[in-house]
Amino acid sequence: MKILVMVKRVSDPNVIIRVNADNSAVDLNNVKMAINPFCEIAVEEAVRLKEAGVASEVIALSIGESQSQEQLRTALAIGADRAILIESDAALEPLAVAKLTAKVVAEEEIGLVLLGKQSIDTDNGQTGQMLASIMGVAQGTYTSKLEVSDEKVNLTREVDSGLQSISLNLPAVITCDLRLNEPRFASLPNIMKAKRKPLETKAAADYGIDLAPRIKTLKVEEPDTRQAGVLLNSVSELVETLNIKPEAV
Amino acid sequence: MRESMEFDVVIVGAGPAGLSTACRLMQQAQQAEQDISICVVEKGSEVGAHILSGAVLEPRALIELFPDWQERGAPLNTPVTSDEIYLFQDAQRSKKLPNSLVPKTMHNEGNYIISLGNLCRWLAEQAEAMGVEIFPGFTAAEILYREDGAVKGIATGDMGIGADGEQKDSYMAGMELHAKYTVFSEGCRGHLGKQLMETYELNRDVDVQHYGLGIKEIWDIDPDKHQPGLVIHGAGWPLAKGSSGGSFLYHGDNHQVVVGLVVDLSYSNPYLSPFDEFQRLKHHPVLQQTLAGGKRVSYGARAITKGGFNALPKMCFPGGLLVGCDAGTLNFAKIKGTHTAMKSGMLAAETIFDALSGDAEGGRELSGFSEALRNSWVYEELRATRNFGPAMHKFGTFWGGAFNYLDQNWFKGKLPFTLRDNKPDHAQLKAASECMPIEYPKPDGKISFDKLSSVFLSSTNHEEDQPCHLTLLNEATPVEVNWKRYQGPEARFCPAGVYEFVEDPEQDLPQLQINAQNCLHCKTCDIKDPTQNIRWVTPEGAGGPNYPNM
Repeated sequence: MKILVMVKRVSDPNVIIRVNADNSAVDLNNVKMAINPFCEIAVEEAVRLKEAGVASEVIALSIGESQSQEQLRTALAIGADRAILIESDAALEPLAVAKLTAKVVAEEEIGLVLLGKQSIDTDNGQTGQMLASIMGVAQGTYTSKLEVSDEKVNLTREVDSGLQSISLNLPAVITCDLRLNEPRFASLPNIMKAKRKPLETKAAADYGIDLAPRIKTLKVEEPDTRQAGVLLNSVSELVETLNIKPEAV
Repeated sequence: MRESMEFDVVIVGAGPAGLSTACRLMQQAQQAEQDISICVVEKGSEVGAHILSGAVLEPRALIELFPDWQERGAPLNTPVTSDEIYLFQDAQRSKKLPNSLVPKTMHNEGNYIISLGNLCRWLAEQAEAMGVEIFPGFTAAEILYREDGAVKGIATGDMGIGADGEQKDSYMAGMELHAKYTVFSEGCRGHLGKQLMETYELNRDVDVQHYGLGIKEIWDIDPDKHQPGLVIHGAGWPLAKGSSGGSFLYHGDNHQVVVGLVVDLSYSNPYLSPFDEFQRLKHHPVLQQTLAGGKRVSYGARAITKGGFNALPKMCFPGGLLVGCDAGTLNFAKIKGTHTAMKSGMLAAETIFDALSGDAEGGRELSGFSEALRNSWVYEELRATRNFGPAMHKFGTFWGGAFNYLDQNWFKGKLPFTLRDNKPDHAQLKAASECMPIEYPKPDGKISFDKLSSVFLSSTNHEEDQPCHLTLLNEATPVEVNWKRYQGPEARFCPAGVYEFVEDPEQDLPQLQINAQNCLHCKTCDIKDPTQNIRWVTPEGAGGPNYPNM
């Protein structure tokens, strides 16, 4: 079985981001970019499935600007076998990404698709669900535990009320949550080897898919800064304060 | 047993010196149609993540390295258009120095205002395109030696060790990187460079090294106030008697300015806090008028090596070379070190390339490097400015400045004597009882800020569960000496709030708490700690600041 694992290039989770001068987008000038942490978990899980003999090949797919090659190399260093980059200078919305991915799934005869549950930049959390729907296969989202046996995937999902265990038929689409695994450090020799693994580049426009955005961003703003708290000396003072300034709560 | 890999050359640190070494080596190999394997390890999470500099770049070395740098798109976007020097008399007053009185070394025609971080990222692209292997996120934790005592290479740090010293699930052992020649380009006060100085007594015959601490911020300012190419330098206030240094404000591209203060670490009052000096400096009208209404976007700090010619150690030893600020090639009179660091790297590359032809073993002492350096413009430049720093230390900003004007403009650095300054910076601190505490104004949250919100803007990050990388030789010294005698100067000289003395109900005196996660890798503690009790070692790879265009 071939596994397709998706990789998105996003701003590094450790750096501070800010809104650009005309409030139209996040300013990515001089911002360090990295592999989306949830995608990294997906890559790790795919590689573990291959190491366990469940998968025959792990293909990493990224859809985005040409520099996404760096993040694909990271996936290859963790242990993916080869990579595909579908280049698009414009940032694509989840629907376009899902449609393009479905094409790759068909071309490559993929048995299992692993994705992060969301990307930390746009936080949509939609691509996996849309992809499963387009492919007409089962989906398991927010996965924190996963095992594959006999054409079935048994997994544990993190849901609002606790944990949910489900069983899916293959092929399937799975999105990965934080607790699924802790990605390994890529070793020096593996980083070197990753540079020589195959990385195929295609153009998004060549797939004949309508990539036009469906969403219009009106404005991007930073959240309000939190006001400093005040230390009160007694309960009576607290009650008094609340009476005068109920908005303080 | 650690795994090992073999290279022709291993380079420690992807800064201007290390990357210039790598590029020059590859250029020569290509020219001679030879294969050469070069590996660069970099502790930052990416190239440039730990790079911080003013910076005004003198492009001399870059032009020598890549004559076609413009076509290659080197990020030199802002030529210097004007130079202004101010003497700050107090918090309000200042005098602009007439151009005719400015020491020649402080003129910046033909130079560029750059982000050194971005220049390094670009140099790394050039190097990788030629086949250099660059590994960000890997620390050089330890020097490896051959049986005959020559350097054999380095070992990268282990990953996935817990704070308790035990291996975690994610544990990955470090790797040995063996090389015919190893180049150390860690920047100021490299922790391996420091060991090499001791092992091979590299600084036996020279003056003691001197350092400064540079603190810097990037600001987005009102486009109407932005004058790309304007360079402002300041001396005097807020640094009082017993301390010296200089400030800067450069107008770069994209409506950004960088503002900073370099405090000489030879200051004597343990109450002095370079961070707070910098915060109050920004309120001086000359700087505040530019910053007002703007927004601070980044913060960082880094020590600089500024002893210059008199303190320049021997830079070769069996199996390796020391280049750039790891040795101390910065020209303090120009307050620039990038061009000399790059040139020292290029000369190192040429020396090593010659040595590699017909040498399968490596491990020799390449004394040809000293000679190449002596015959280069780096040496000429550093020698001519050898009195600059000591004059400032000895005579103070005003008379030292006057001396430097005469020395540089009238005598072109050829005065037939050398001023010396042989007291190490850490020995300069006076007991707290002999000094006046300094009252710093509260930050206003608009121009000046507190330490923690500043450190937040450096995007520094260290894996929480790992051994502390700021080690103490003696656990009792912080309280017994640093607190009792000096009132805990590390809480003030650290620009990142790593060292904190906290009250402990079970103890009479406050105890030292080390917040290693805040560390900016500036190395000031390793330099200024009065008893040299603090030893900076590498944390887990990729830890530390994540500077943008610093």
